[in-house]
Amino acid sequence: MIRFRLQKRKPLPAWAKIFIPIAAILVTLILAAIPILIAGGHFWKSYYYLFYGALGTRFNLLETFVKASPLLLTGLAVAFAFRAKFWNIGAEGQLLAGALAATVAGVHLGGVPTPLVLPLVIIAGFLAGGLWAVIPAILKTKLKVDDVVSTLLMNYVMIHIMGALLFGPLQQPGSSWPRSAAIIKAACYPILMPRSRFHMGILIALFAVFVIWFINQKTTFGYRSKAVGVNIRAAHFGGINTTSVMVWTALISGGLAGLAGVGELCAIQYRLIMDISPGYGYSGIVIAMLGNLHPVGVLFSSLFFSVVIVGAQTMSRMTGVPTYIAEVIQGMSLMVMLIFLLFTEYKIKVMKK
Amino acid sequence: MVDTRQPLVKMSAITKYFLDVTANNNVTFDLYSGEICALLGENGAGKTTLMNILFGYYACDEGEIFIKGEKVDLSSPKDAIARGVGMIHQHFALVPSQTVLENIVIGTDSGKGLFLDLKTARRKLLALEEQFGLQIDPEARVWTLSVGEQQKVEILKSLYRDVDILIMDEPTAVLAPTETEDLFKTLKSLVGQGRSVVFISHKLNEVMDISNRIVVLRGGQVVAERNTAETTIRELANLMVGRDLLEDIDKKQLEPGQPVLEIQNLDALNDMNLPSLKNLNLVVRQNEILGMAGISGNGQRELSEVLFGLREPTCGAIQINNNPLKFGSPTAAIKLKMGRIPEDRMETGLLMDLSVEENMILEDHAAAEFQTWGLMKSKRIHRYSDKLIGAYNIATAGRDAVTKSLSGGNLQKVMLARELAGRPTVVIASQPTRGLDVGAMEYIHQRILQERERGAGVLLISEDLDEVFALSDRIVVIYEGEIIGEVSGENASREQIGLWMSGVKQ
Repeated sequence: MIRFRLQKRKPLPAWAKIFIPIAAILVTLILAAIPILIAGGHFWKSYYYLFYGALGTRFNLLETFVKASPLLLTGLAVAFAFRAKFWNIGAEGQLLAGALAATVAGVHLGGVPTPLVLPLVIIAGFLAGGLWAVIPAILKTKLKVDDVVSTLLMNYVMIHIMGALLFGPLQQPGSSWPRSAAIIKAACYPILMPRSRFHMGILIALFAVFVIWFINQKTTFGYRSKAVGVNIRAAHFGGINTTSVMVWTALISGGLAGLAGVGELCAIQYRLIMDISPGYGYSGIVIAMLGNLHPVGVLFSSLFFSVVIVGAQTMSRMTGVPTYIAEVIQGMSLMVMLIFLLFTEYKIKVMKK
Repeated sequence: MVDTRQPLVKMSAITKYFLDVTANNNVTFDLYSGEICALLGENGAGKTTLMNILFGYYACDEGEIFIKGEKVDLSSPKDAIARGVGMIHQHFALVPSQTVLENIVIGTDSGKGLFLDLKTARRKLLALEEQFGLQIDPEARVWTLSVGEQQKVEILKSLYRDVDILIMDEPTAVLAPTETEDLFKTLKSLVGQGRSVVFISHKLNEVMDISNRIVVLRGGQVVAERNTAETTIRELANLMVGRDLLEDIDKKQLEPGQPVLEIQNLDALNDMNLPSLKNLNLVVRQNEILGMAGISGNGQRELSEVLFGLREPTCGAIQINNNPLKFGSPTAAIKLKMGRIPEDRMETGLLMDLSVEENMILEDHAAAEFQTWGLMKSKRIHRYSDKLIGAYNIATAGRDAVTKSLSGGNLQKVMLARELAGRPTVVIASQPTRGLDVGAMEYIHQRILQERERGAGVLLISEDLDEVFALSDRIVVIYEGEIIGEVSGENASREQIGLWMSGVKQ
């Protein structure tokens, strides 16, 4: 009889941290070939069009960055929260809160000097997203309310608040659709490349990667939030104000998600609509895990996701494989990554009898 | 030594690795019917690992096991129990909210179809209690029982499963002296009725008292085997540590100075909201070590948690150097220069998943020395942690090594380095050498004595009487949350302290 046992393994060398996500992605692509083949696709042809569609032309390449920017911000939001073990599943709601606040500011700031409008819109979006995350953080620290449940449920609260406002005070005058008036010109993100949608929000997202890396590595706050994440009791014993760390972590995390909402509003839609986000907040969870909660890892995993999402359109057109395959690949990549992470700590030992 | 009898258990050439560590190296161990065999060794010598292999808890990497002459392959404790091997770990596996009887029938086939048959089980249990003189009310809820009684439940649990080979892992560690006597009576009655016992311990006196045969382990290997009647404590001590055990404590004569820690009328509740400290009063002075002896669970944990700022007392006052201590705030304790060595260094004291350096600076990372405007001054931090690693002789791959890669003794050195770096006025050391080997223990003792000479007051909370006797200028005994007795270090007798520890007042 052959039996298997899981055994703790020695800590892996540093290169494994880079190698494992890449291996996970390759394995995902191989596994995803199964549904592609079932859907009548051809392995090499399908993947050729997937990558061609995402990276092959100037326009497609820039579109991939456009798609990556909200994913990068929500991925960073989740990664930053998870590092402190604030289980923020609510990036979606925080994104919507950010978009909502930016809409209010973007529609009504007509009287303000033009150069001030965009900064104010961004700040409003950041704060709204942040404060929406601070509520569950306070519930967690003061009343021990489970943050997984509260952050998730806050998403639905925000969706319905948004719905109520879009059918009410925020509704575009004269429209019967749940949509707001358009934001003023000064509140729109500048387009940075002609004949594309490559906008300022992409630079904001890239800058956020650096800022989060800097906070994590160089600041006392990053140290404190890591300590709280590793062992909250020992952090408290060592004199760290764990409540304050949790609340500030939530504010920054929610703020990043809020910025994703600002970007979609001010660079893509220009007005608030109910489906401003196709679930970027939820994808952010997967992206954060795939990126090992490291800001640079999140950068690459968000790019991978946007390649899959953008490329799936072309693949579908050219081979007839439905675009849903993009979601299959996203889901699979998380599962494969989680299994790979398990094997970074354990190995299977075969015991022969 | 030649023994012609057939062994009941034969473990031959057992080797077990944990990653890089060889916990057992080619160990051969026999157990005979009707004997108490002691497995003697320091912490980390591999005693518990060896017995966990016999209990099917770990699989050995090499070697063979024979039980009652038959080669066995144990893949779980269930297999071991089926062959008559039972083991009682240091941490009991009991469900506190259930009754004794319910705890005993868990995992056994004691039902008729879907229904539990507690009546038959109860009859069998009472018969066993009668047979071995272990009186416990089968309907008592386990959480209401003392530790000694809980241990009896564990023994009954094994007997109920028809175990005839009983392994006990440091069974006296949690017992008061009188409870230990009870346990020894029980063990003798067990072997008198044909059962065999493996008694894991590092306490020489007990091993001499109770065992027939002694197997000494050191560094994962068997170094000696003796019949108890033919050996001496001195010989065993040398075998166990490979050198003379008796620690040379060089304690300078010092006159205690001003009070640095005063505790007045302190009351506190434990986690179950039951009173655990009752009107506790204490004074610790400069240049003085106050040893607090007592069986664990008599309020020591709650006292240290109150001092550390982790638990709010219900009433009372504490002064450090004449400044009142704000309750429930670790920061307040740090500000008043309290050096805090918690008993659970891996859960409370240290951040095991962070680096050694990140642990060193935990309390001081926000000090102006280490940051400006929230930016860490990494060069200074590196220099500081390298200095401490050198000063405390910490064996680590470097300041960036993850803390959980360190051995127990080095973990405690990291703890001391951090807590003593700020030259505290008072040091609270709770079980500072628990689980450490003799070398590390000596080092920690020297450091504590140095703190005393420097002028700090030390409150040493310890269950290790040898430690309390060796270091203390004054000894108090805590019993059920009260100070039951106090005596100066020179005048203390073990007998007196032992009586106080079991709650006997004069």
